[in-house]
Amino acid sequence: MHKQHLLAAKSSIRAGVCALMLLLPHTTQAAEDHSSQAVDSDMNFRIVEDTGPSIRDDGESTADHSKFEILQKNFNNGPEVTEACLSCHTEAGRHFMQSIHWTWEYDHPSSGQKLGKKTLINTFCTNAKGNEGMCAQCHAGYGWKDENFDFSKQENIDCLVCHDRTGSYYKTPNSTGNKACSIMFEGKKPIDWSKVAQSVGKPGRENCGSCHFYGGGGDGVKHGDLDSSLKRPSRELDVHMDAEGLNFACTTCHVTRQHIWAGSRYNVIAHDTEGLGLPGERRDVATCESCHSEAPHNYSSLVGIKLNGHTDKIACQTCHIPTIARGGVATMVDWDWRTAGKTKDGAGFKEKNYTQANGAHRATYKSIKGSFEYAENLAPHYDWFDGQMNYTTIETKFDPSQGPVEINGYQGSHNDGKSRIWPFKRMHTIQPYDKGNNTMVYMHLWGEDDDAYWGNYDFGRAIKVGMKKNNVPYSGEFDFVETYSFWPITHMVAPKEDAMGCADCHSREGRLADLNGFYMPGRDSFGWLDILGYLALGGALLGVLLHALLRKIFSKKLSQGGAQ
Amino acid sequence: MSSQTNNSSHNTKIKTRGEKHYVMIYTRYERFWHWSQAILIFTLFYTGLGLHGTHSLLDFQTAVVIHTYGALALIVLWIFTTFWNFTTGQWRQYLFKEGVLKVIRFYAYGILAGEPHPYKKGLQRKQNALQSMAYMAFMVLIGPALWASGIIYLVYDLWSGHSWSADGLTLIAFIHTAAAFLMGTFVIIHIYMTTTGKTPTHYIKTMMTGYDNIELTEAEIAYIEETHAIAMKDEP
Repeated sequence: MHKQHLLAAKSSIRAGVCALMLLLPHTTQAAEDHSSQAVDSDMNFRIVEDTGPSIRDDGESTADHSKFEILQKNFNNGPEVTEACLSCHTEAGRHFMQSIHWTWEYDHPSSGQKLGKKTLINTFCTNAKGNEGMCAQCHAGYGWKDENFDFSKQENIDCLVCHDRTGSYYKTPNSTGNKACSIMFEGKKPIDWSKVAQSVGKPGRENCGSCHFYGGGGDGVKHGDLDSSLKRPSRELDVHMDAEGLNFACTTCHVTRQHIWAGSRYNVIAHDTEGLGLPGERRDVATCESCHSEAPHNYSSLVGIKLNGHTDKIACQTCHIPTIARGGVATMVDWDWRTAGKTKDGAGFKEKNYTQANGAHRATYKSIKGSFEYAENLAPHYDWFDGQMNYTTIETKFDPSQGPVEINGYQGSHNDGKSRIWPFKRMHTIQPYDKGNNTMVYMHLWGEDDDAYWGNYDFGRAIKVGMKKNNVPYSGEFDFVETYSFWPITHMVAPKEDAMGCADCHSREGRLADLNGFYMPGRDSFGWLDILGYLALGGALLGVLLHALLRKIFSKKLSQGGAQ
Repeated sequence: MSSQTNNSSHNTKIKTRGEKHYVMIYTRYERFWHWSQAILIFTLFYTGLGLHGTHSLLDFQTAVVIHTYGALALIVLWIFTTFWNFTTGQWRQYLFKEGVLKVIRFYAYGILAGEPHPYKKGLQRKQNALQSMAYMAFMVLIGPALWASGIIYLVYDLWSGHSWSADGLTLIAFIHTAAAFLMGTFVIIHIYMTTTGKTPTHYIKTMMTGYDNIELTEAEIAYIEETHAIAMKDEP
């Protein structure tokens, strides 16, 4: 009856067997302890224990969807629900199909680069392209597992992943993958389609979070300022999303017009000089300035004036997000693919040697992915940023001897008149590349076939097939290259009393110690001028002391002489 | 003829001077200016060194606030004082005087050998030649370098948008720092020089009470007695 249910049942049996196989040879190893937890498989990267919705109080909606006749029936699958949605929301499908959540494509207006998850290389699992069976479980659609997916069919849109307000909706990979990985669906109750269809509403944080909290392959892995701790954050963690306070939904800032959201990471508005709009205006940006203006500090105090004077050079986020990954969930900072593929008695394994602040254990090694390092409460990387990201795509040639390849290098400088100092999470990865052509590679990771890396642990085959499948020339020889990716930080805004102080930057070894080319009070001095200056002060002091001493000596002599 | 006689007798009287009187040579405003300036310069120098990173005894924000308010106060004080200097004619005290070398020779040697100071303090000659020169340098070089660069620094936000702003800030900070070092050097020597009077605290007392024991011409005495324009007393 329920396809999803059957699939879930079938795979949970398979998963059980698989887990048993993984477990048996390693039960003596402490590092393996946590892999015995049934829900915690290699591939099930979204472990959502808190399945309730976040409270989103927009007042009472004008529509109670449970009263709509078309929703009062038994649905068998997602597309059936979507068809029901579209029968009233007749234009929503057309609108949504323009969205990057659907297209996974983005043509950058100024660089001309073709971006989007559909084609990009990343520094985590390296490429969604060709691995859609797994990766496209975060595509807001149903069934994208290969190039045959029909992007023109509106019933393929997944309305529920964003609009379910029960918290019980979930998505699973669109294909089962190799047997080493097919532990994806266990422990999940089948979706009650009618219930979720009748419980739709504007998205809560967990709706967006079901993908955006887990980017990069796990909770908080990618961004550092987006993880599951933001589902019900404290005031300290995020002053706007504070569940007991302002309780912002994501869309409070990421405003929408026709299902297009403000706040692009491909084309960042790094400096919003427009600031506040009139009431009812500005439905186009997610910037801090669009609510707080460019001069949000109190002009009646000197400190306020001085802080307002910083907003042209310093992004709000730089001071107001003192550290990232501070909600108890760690973010990944280092990924080394070179160590992937180790097996124990022929089976993949993992080690969980990092315990994050909320008590969860994080994998520090997985046979399918390699070695990882994490960080929490982490000071971001800072640099000048004008909003332009330049991507290393599959077509980009680079020189591997020129240091780490910046997969998404940012652009900006202190004297271009538009850049501001921004915080970034910097991800360091060592990942495969085409040694002959000096390009990145597409890997064939996910699949039911023998060529998938997540199954055979053979980089050579996975790359060869990944490149061929996607019609990219491959020299046949791969090696590993260091890469960086940069994630502009903008969430986890701390309450103002926790904002950074002046001396966090205005000091010799402050946060901005690495930025060069401009003078910053408290951080910089003028080498030889300081030497001369201190010499002058010291010399004057020494001189007068010497003079005083001479006066003392001579006055004694004189008075003695006088006495004689 | 009679006028000639008068003149000559007058001249004779001037020549036969010698009587010393306690006269207020530093008026209330001048003393207020001097000491408030001293406090402000100390404050600015101390907070400035903190901002420069020489010491970290003050939180940066506190240092910025104190330094800024101190600077604003000093600017106001200097505006008033410039006005005062010109309306009272006191600015003439700072003009170049003959005998700088004699004064330098005195401090380098004479003071040790017990020689008298080559310079006689008078009602209209409050500063010796070296002092006038030093204060003039203070007022036309060090001071303006500090306040001009300081004001430009203070209004950084008005010009921070220009492409040259980073270079501009470097230059301004350089001038401000260099002038501050000169000011510090000046202050050290200045304070030391105050100990070279009859007693080590004589000059400081003078600057506090305003009274100094100086020789007056009869004309000056007559003028003071007639007009009471300047406070005078016989005891210290």
